[in-house]
Amino acid sequence: MSEMTINLKVWRQESAAVEGEFQDYKLSGVSEHMSFLEMLDVLNEKLIKEGKIPVEFDYDCREGICGSCNLVINGKAHGPKHLTAVCQLHMRNYNDGDTIVVEPPRAKAFPIVRDLVVDRSSLDRIIEAGGYVSVKTGSAPEANLIPVGQDSANEAFDYATCIGCGACVAACPNSSASLFTGAKLAHLNSLPQGQPEREKRTVAMVDQMADEGFGDCSNHAECEAVCPVGISISSIAQMRRDYMKALV
Amino acid sequence: MKLDSNIPEGPLEEKWSRHLKDLKLVSPNNKRKHKVIVVGTGLAGASAASSLAELGYQVSTFCIQDSARRAHSIAAQGGINAAKNYQNDGDSVWRLFYDTIKGGDYRSREANVYRLAENSNRIIDQAVAQGVPFAREYGGLLDNRSFGGAQVSRTFYARGQTGQQLLLGAYQSMMKEVHAGKIKNYPRHEMLDLVLVDGKARGIITRNLIDGTINRFEADAVVLCTGGYGNVFYLSTNAKNSNVTAAWRCHKRGAAFANPCYVQIHPTCIPVSGDYQSKLTLMSESLRNDGRVWVPRDPKDERNPTDIPEEDRFYYLEEKYPSFGNLVPRDVASRNAKIVTDEGMGVGETGLAVYLDFRDAIIREGKEAIAAKYGNLFDMYENIMDENPYEMPMKIFPAVHYTMGGLWVDYNLMSNIPGLFVAGEANFSDHGANRLGASALMQGLSDGYFIIPQTVGNYIAGEEFPKISTDHEAFNEAAESSSKNLDKLLSINGDKTVVEFHRELGKIMWDKVGISRSKEGLEEAIKQIRALRKEFYENVRVPGDSTYYNKYLEFAQRVADFFELAELMAIDALDRDESAGCHLREEYQTEEGEALRNDDEFSYVSAWEYGGVNGKLETTLHKEPLNFEFVELKQRSYK
Repeated sequence: MSEMTINLKVWRQESAAVEGEFQDYKLSGVSEHMSFLEMLDVLNEKLIKEGKIPVEFDYDCREGICGSCNLVINGKAHGPKHLTAVCQLHMRNYNDGDTIVVEPPRAKAFPIVRDLVVDRSSLDRIIEAGGYVSVKTGSAPEANLIPVGQDSANEAFDYATCIGCGACVAACPNSSASLFTGAKLAHLNSLPQGQPEREKRTVAMVDQMADEGFGDCSNHAECEAVCPVGISISSIAQMRRDYMKALV
Repeated sequence: MKLDSNIPEGPLEEKWSRHLKDLKLVSPNNKRKHKVIVVGTGLAGASAASSLAELGYQVSTFCIQDSARRAHSIAAQGGINAAKNYQNDGDSVWRLFYDTIKGGDYRSREANVYRLAENSNRIIDQAVAQGVPFAREYGGLLDNRSFGGAQVSRTFYARGQTGQQLLLGAYQSMMKEVHAGKIKNYPRHEMLDLVLVDGKARGIITRNLIDGTINRFEADAVVLCTGGYGNVFYLSTNAKNSNVTAAWRCHKRGAAFANPCYVQIHPTCIPVSGDYQSKLTLMSESLRNDGRVWVPRDPKDERNPTDIPEEDRFYYLEEKYPSFGNLVPRDVASRNAKIVTDEGMGVGETGLAVYLDFRDAIIREGKEAIAAKYGNLFDMYENIMDENPYEMPMKIFPAVHYTMGGLWVDYNLMSNIPGLFVAGEANFSDHGANRLGASALMQGLSDGYFIIPQTVGNYIAGEEFPKISTDHEAFNEAAESSSKNLDKLLSINGDKTVVEFHRELGKIMWDKVGISRSKEGLEEAIKQIRALRKEFYENVRVPGDSTYYNKYLEFAQRVADFFELAELMAIDALDRDESAGCHLREEYQTEEGEALRNDDEFSYVSAWEYGGVNGKLETTLHKEPLNFEFVELKQRSYK
């Protein structure tokens, strides 16, 4: 089977100021080789031809690395495929006649811009609060003066691969950004370069997360289940340990 | 138009250090009185913005994405070159310089390329200090791998996500300065025009993509870091939102556009599968370290690739280029893929693919070792193609990847418009006619961390900046023309969508201004581009209006600019009656099918001056001669 007809229920909302609703669309001629976002492109081409307003959704690289796309599909952030951002999800994961519900990631800290597009600047402000090593351009020592064991480097790398999509927030019953925040903290706090600011960084980022209106973590681990790059919730445990240490 | 490259005098290895001594400085107290706008927040933009802010300037940053972290530098996979010589394999600044200028087929400036090689080592130091998790050896020191066009191992990498890690390092430095109040950051803002006052760049016009408002920002200097224009081909490895609009609008205000025809076609991408295809996915060049490229010798061979015995496999790169083998530069690898598929030896459903096979590497090193090096790339491939590359050879094909051309800049990275600086892929400066792998990250960060902060200061120190307000007539004119452009596109209300036009334009470009070009094809392309552009303005349908988030309106104005750029690219390719690097003119090849340069007549940078579009693009060619004092020009050979 190569061509399918898909029944879509897509969230439409003009802005954060007005109420939204689901709209139904029947889309035929969907190829199993299409990516999910290409299927939405095809829907939009059809809507434009019909004189209707296309569905807005965020995307950019379509390679699973920029973190722009973040749709909730049938209630699951990034859809059914494990370790896969929605731009890398292909229609071969669906069957002819399927009904697919498409929603934005919903959280108080992610106000809706339009349709499936949300404002995730709250995540930037968490990084702004302390997600860096304060090193000025030009002041760095020779690179190999800072040896980092292969295991620590690999661990730091695993946490550093967070793409900042916010799926963890969408999946969390408390709309917590703990996995996002924990990942950046675990990346920097596990490297020698990150030690001088470790406590300050941890407190600043965790407090900023609360200020933005994200909830707290209650160990549901839904975040880890949907994370397209497989960030482990052990980062959250480390974040909590570091936070407690910083306060005593 | 006056084009002075401002290359400092003196021996090659002393040019930059002497220049640094001569550059004028702005005192710490005065820096905070000057505003600098940085447009684009990729490697070049984020590194320039954070470095300028650390120095004390008031910096504003603009990007079209919802976060500065999402610029397309994030997608760079393989690595970043530096002349550290940690491998003790004979590397040096000179060798990195030489490989880069040779890789660019001698169509770049010696002085710029040497400076790039000099800066390379400091970039690694800077990134490591920021916490960029590069790959390491067991002893905790940095690891390297090999890349195309070099016989030393000088590429630093973070698995297949080096661009992501370097960009996050630069982005985090930038956010540190946002927190300190030194940078005001404007995401989801698209630059629509450059504002000139008394002939100098003094501000920009942007559109707030969320509410559609047209906004004005004034400054003493503008640094454009808006990336490349590969999306003129519609299908490319660029992000969907990558575009030429900011650079093109500067070109329309008088900035020369240099070498527009130099486009890099990357040899290892996932092939096209259907008409709905929206973009192409790159598989890192690093795969060619262990993967062997081949096609069946017999075009009619329909056996499963794993059943084809060694003697029936044509390892065409290894056979033709025994010393570089699968690690020839990108232009050579792409061109040879086209040659074998043109001869009917291509594989896959469309015949437009070749194999990249890891069988021998897996036998030699084991599946685990290969997974450790390329695991994420193999997963990405399997996700898209639904085939397991540990068992079946990958199918790959060339795709548009990087544009060496861009706005013309002098040695200070300033365009011919005073106060307009251009960095990263958006400028033309360092890669000549072909960029070597792992050199884009190096150039973006060299420009942003180590050149722009010095040269912008030199410019500011040497100029007077009469106070202007954003009510100035120049701002009014630019803001009004930006609004009018959008209204015009919305008012056409034709039958064809923006995407349909873009796809058609892309096909013309790929067929006639792509991997190989001919006089006849280019002349045909120019006619077709003009006709399609005319139809676009008569028959495009842009939905909605300009007062809210409207992605297809953004696309429409970007495609409108691509239509003009496309013609310029074809004109430039037609003017260049030679082959050089990625620019292969079918009429100019060696007997062995390699690019045949004509150094006597074409050893120059073509810098085009915009003259308006009236049915056809009016443009004037200015030539900046390339003088080679330190390297001897040779026919490139990778045999």
